[in-house]
Amino acid sequence: MESDALFLSRLQFAFTVSFHIVLPSFTIGLASYLAVLEGLWLWRRDEVYLRLFKYWLKIFALSFGMGVVSGIVLSYQFGTNWGPFSDMVGPVLGPLMGYEVLSAFFLEAGFLGVMLFGLNRVGKRLHFSATLMVAVGTLFSAFWILSANSWMHTPAGYGFENDQFVPKDWWSIIFNPSFPYRLVHMVLAAYLTTAFVVGGVGAYHLLKDRGNAAAQVMFSMAMWMAALVAPLQILAGDLHGLNTLEHQPAKVAAMEGHWQTRRGAPLVLFAIPDMQAEENHLELAIPKLGSMILTHAWDGEVQGLKAWPPDERPNATLIFWTFRVMVAIGVLMVLVGLASLWLRFRRALYERPWFLRAVLLFSPAGFVAVLAGWITTEVGRQPWLVYGLLRISNGVSPVDTPVVAVSLLGFVVVYCLVFGAGIYYLLKLMQRLPAVVEEGLASGEITRAAGITPLASLTPDSGGKSR
Amino acid sequence: MSIDLPLVWAALLAFAVLMYVVMDGFDLGIGILFPFIKQEHDRDVMVNTIAPVWDGNETWLILGGAGLFAVFPLAYSVVLTALYAPLIAMLLALVFRGVAFEFRFRDPAHKHWWDVAFMGGSSLAAFCQGIVLGAYLQGIRMAGRSYAGGWFDWLTPFSVFTGLAVLAGYALLGAGWLVMKTEGELQARIYQLMLPLAAAVLGAIGIVSLWTPLLNEAIAERWFSWPNIVLLSPMPLLVATAAFALYRAIVKRLEVQPFVLSLLLFLLSFVGLAVSLYPNAIPPDISIWEAAAPDASLGFLLVGALVLLPIILAYTAYSYWVFRGKVRATDHYH
Repeated sequence: MESDALFLSRLQFAFTVSFHIVLPSFTIGLASYLAVLEGLWLWRRDEVYLRLFKYWLKIFALSFGMGVVSGIVLSYQFGTNWGPFSDMVGPVLGPLMGYEVLSAFFLEAGFLGVMLFGLNRVGKRLHFSATLMVAVGTLFSAFWILSANSWMHTPAGYGFENDQFVPKDWWSIIFNPSFPYRLVHMVLAAYLTTAFVVGGVGAYHLLKDRGNAAAQVMFSMAMWMAALVAPLQILAGDLHGLNTLEHQPAKVAAMEGHWQTRRGAPLVLFAIPDMQAEENHLELAIPKLGSMILTHAWDGEVQGLKAWPPDERPNATLIFWTFRVMVAIGVLMVLVGLASLWLRFRRALYERPWFLRAVLLFSPAGFVAVLAGWITTEVGRQPWLVYGLLRISNGVSPVDTPVVAVSLLGFVVVYCLVFGAGIYYLLKLMQRLPAVVEEGLASGEITRAAGITPLASLTPDSGGKSR
Repeated sequence: MSIDLPLVWAALLAFAVLMYVVMDGFDLGIGILFPFIKQEHDRDVMVNTIAPVWDGNETWLILGGAGLFAVFPLAYSVVLTALYAPLIAMLLALVFRGVAFEFRFRDPAHKHWWDVAFMGGSSLAAFCQGIVLGAYLQGIRMAGRSYAGGWFDWLTPFSVFTGLAVLAGYALLGAGWLVMKTEGELQARIYQLMLPLAAAVLGAIGIVSLWTPLLNEAIAERWFSWPNIVLLSPMPLLVATAAFALYRAIVKRLEVQPFVLSLLLFLLSFVGLAVSLYPNAIPPDISIWEAAAPDASLGFLLVGALVLLPIILAYTAYSYWVFRGKVRATDHYH
């Protein structure tokens, strides 16, 4: 039985990291999208790209700010709540996070100011370089943090001396077995998440005005992403799953709802896995398909959760379902992409209200899929902090229960208030039509103001007009 | 002869913390000064002076955290656990203040509310950082590799005083920055605030300097034993000289010098603290060598730091250069 303080610390970490992760998922994709938009503007000299750039830039600024402040919390929470863990893994994971700060965070933050407010001060080319730097920074950041995270799943290249994990081979540590798969899967997820937000916003405006040029461009770009990247993501997810099967078979058993180890395992479509009774309730399954998917052979052997002692099993009740939510959204994204190809072929991409409504409805789907996927992989790692080597219960700080309870309450209240307001402002920004936005900025009329009243000058209704 | 990696890293981390303190110091200071500037328009100008750079400034705090994790994991583990309450409060305050920045421009109807969040967040973050400093100087109780003290060990008259001292110090830095970046009535108002702020900061430096050696004998020994007392005697003299120069710069209404001299006061205080603390990673007993990760970790990250830090400093300087000069009151939002 775990102590209350441990449970609360886990809850606090889950809460703060879940709030945080949706923001970088969005800004990684958005930073790349902004770089593409600005590049297209410089290349084709079509003002519509600049207008779209400005439009999404405001949304980026807001999301990025929230991502930064929620990220700082995480960089300190390892020490405050997971002290013994930090002490033990610091020599291995610390430098990876150090590299993240040095190569990514500074790059993003350093060029963000120029990207947001500097277009008229530094000129187009330098400004484009700044945008590229920010985009590259977000990808570097994903690289290092996912490397560190992956190491906790598939530790490699380490030794154990004086109560600490110590580095033996940095190459093996950084490129640990699950890292390449996780990186590709996550970056594609970030791109898809952003694509569906962009597509949803485009759809929203097209529903009001079919002929809106800017809305058409963003919708079309987003649908290309859906059509091309969503199938790739299914492939990447499958490979990632096979990698997990190799290194963390207990996680896969929980995801699949398998209790018995057997050949020709079924694919469980619906079930309520019961951790106490060690069985599934209300199971609906397709015979043999599970083995086919996991081992690519009809009678391949698949391990069940009973192959592990009860205190080494991840919670199947939870991740059986989070996994299915993620996969279902992924498959629906592929269908949206295919439908878009068909409509595009029929030259009716912007014309079908049912399709526009479907895409609008789907705009937050990426976030749900990202959260579901992360819950699957992280809960699937339990009860280990470092898989197979360090248990959660041995990594928690000796903090008293009331102290963690108060801090958790503080995080819940502050995050709900602050990020609730943030989401509201983001929606307000997205609600605005891109066509009427900032014609002034393109002509350079607000040159000085860009540095003076940064966010105000980026706000279209800033000229004294009230909303 | 091999390089003393823990020592090199202690110096690099000290540099990161110093960068954080002076850079986020002045932009937290702007929030702390908000209650003294009532005009909405002036407040907009104040916030706009730091809008393009605050993100980068705060990144030094993350470097401090991640660096400590990598280089002195034992210190990261024990100190952060020991200072749980003030650190969590600081993080929550930074969340509030970071978003208030953007939200106050987004939502004119609730601007006042976000102004309160901005000044409250900035002030609380600064106060908590001061408490963290004081509690760290006091020393941290340990058993084995874990924290062994109580949950309110950090709360003492000394740590509350250092909290107030940092609050005043950041306000002074913020005022110096604003004098440099603004003009007209706003600037005149800030000049008026600077003298009392400078006096408060000097008083605080004096009191902390006398109080710290009383905390434990090792620190007293460090400062007052022979020949240290002679070698270190320039320190108070330099502080006095900088203070006098700051006074003259404020009275003469110079524009850049007040900021630079405030920075100098911070630098000298920082060096003073380093003298008191060296070579501890966790005062009073754990040295940087005992707390350090193995050389394989320190060396690996050092390569990156030596390549990347100069580049970071270069583009940070570039960003400041791009947004140089006065932030004028040509408003587009009224």
